Amino acid sequence: MAKDDSIRSLVDRLELPFNELGIDPYGISKKHLVVFFTALAFLYRNYFRVKAVGAHHVPGRGRAMLVGNHSGGYAIDGAMVIASMLLELDPPRLAQGMAEKFINRLPVSSTWASRCGQLTGLPEHAERLLEDDRLLMVFPEGARGTAKLYKERYSLVDFGTGFVRLALKTKTPIIPLGFVGGADAVPTVYNSKTLGRLIGVPYVPFTPYGIAAPLPARCEVHYGAPMVFEGTGDEEDVVIKGYVEQVKQRIASLIEEAKSARGGAL
Amino acid sequence: MKVLVVGVGGALARLVALQLRDRGHTVIGLDRRPWWDHPRDIAVHEVDIRKRAAEDVFRTQRPDCVVHMATVNALSAAGEERARINLGGTRAIFEHSVNHGVKHVVFVGRHTYYGATADSPLYHTEDEPPQGMGRYPELADLVAADLYAANMLWREPKLTTTVLRLVYTLGPSRTGTLASFLRGKRVPMVLGFDPLFQFLDENDAARAISVAAEKTARGIFNVAGPPPVPLSTIIRETGRTAVPMPEPMLAALLGRFGFPALPRGALEHIKYPIVVDASAFKAATGFVHEVGEVEALRRYRRMTSVG
Repeated sequence: MAKDDSIRSLVDRLELPFNELGIDPYGISKKHLVVFFTALAFLYRNYFRVKAVGAHHVPGRGRAMLVGNHSGGYAIDGAMVIASMLLELDPPRLAQGMAEKFINRLPVSSTWASRCGQLTGLPEHAERLLEDDRLLMVFPEGARGTAKLYKERYSLVDFGTGFVRLALKTKTPIIPLGFVGGADAVPTVYNSKTLGRLIGVPYVPFTPYGIAAPLPARCEVHYGAPMVFEGTGDEEDVVIKGYVEQVKQRIASLIEEAKSARGGAL
Repeated sequence: MKVLVVGVGGALARLVALQLRDRGHTVIGLDRRPWWDHPRDIAVHEVDIRKRAAEDVFRTQRPDCVVHMATVNALSAAGEERARINLGGTRAIFEHSVNHGVKHVVFVGRHTYYGATADSPLYHTEDEPPQGMGRYPELADLVAADLYAANMLWREPKLTTTVLRLVYTLGPSRTGTLASFLRGKRVPMVLGFDPLFQFLDENDAARAISVAAEKTARGIFNVAGPPPVPLSTIIRETGRTAVPMPEPMLAALLGRFGFPALPRGALEHIKYPIVVDASAFKAATGFVHEVGEVEALRRYRRMTSVG
């Protein structure tokens, strides 16, 4: 683990085709990544004290798809997975998530998502990133996953099937991951869709203490061995759903492992 | 090959004419605007493409290839007149070409065809429909001209049609949408947005069009060179100062106090990117840009110092 390296040197070691201004063809900016990862690394190491297990399953180079569960009222899980790919891998990698569409419509978040490689969740983006041998991060539960209430924190809602078709089409290994702790950081008891509509987001989570400021709960992420399926992506739904179910079950077992290994939230 | 460049009064079209001449072709120009100092070996016909005299040029000169660079954008002409030039002119060029034995027409369109929206793919491919016209209706006639040209692919199978969707250009002529936007020392941005912009050095753009004329590649092609760059970087590297403003304030200031007179819908183009995938054009023609994005910006800075 490259704990002693500065964030800047880790960003410098990312194997992305930056130009001499430090910008890659997707608009990812080294300067923005350093600021982004400095904040994430503090949260990862000191606030959520994330423990990552099995990061060695993620290939050092080449296309791969991280597929995991949502845990918590907003995407703390995604942010910490992105941090772990920089802080735990050697060479470090940039995990590129599929952002909710509202993020690109809002000022500031639009720019930062783009400069940090978090593109809007579109099939075209996912396919292009994989064809470019990037590390894609997918949460097949979507916004329904982050909207889970505290009492539902270890459950999984329905998975979309697009990620498996894409993995088959692009011959990409799926790295399953189970994340726990996000719901202890943001223990959602109610989601207000009305308030969300007013400010242009899907919903606004509320906790027993009111606003959804994250608590310093310990988080744990367990990565599983790559899952490789054979096919073209044009298979019948019943075949694809079978593969999706395999991934979902693997993620459920990784959540159980992470839950047992973590112990309490504090 | 005998090539007729329509719209040769424009800066980029002149470069295309000169490059085609230098590559050994016989070049004729046509435009209602004059080209005062045109070289002797490029005959220029100063006529409006929509007038009868333009058809005479086609009839008497019998060009093998026509390069159509006579469309205008919302910054150059307003309303009805712009639509007449873009649609009437495009129709006339194709009709004359079909009637007078032209083998190949190159329509030089713009990558802004795709529109700038928050939820469209970052890299547009040629099969995508145009978007965002609801917010930027001034684009409609350029989009219609592009679609009319693309129609010729199936309506006139004996004619080879090449539709190019060219990214912004930057160069010493200081013309074009991006160059116009960068004209002043202070350049407005929408606060909180910093879209990627894609551009080609003028000479590279002219060479891409020349290569398209020579290769007779049939179809629709995005034309781009270096990877895109954030608008703030373009402003900084060209020696300008970015002035970020909240969108409502910027909308109110357009056309006043020295701010560019952009249509309201053009604000979408400085909020969201329009970036194209030009791999099909590269595969069809072998075109590779010579000037990278950083060098193009620095050259532009040297050529167009704003003190």
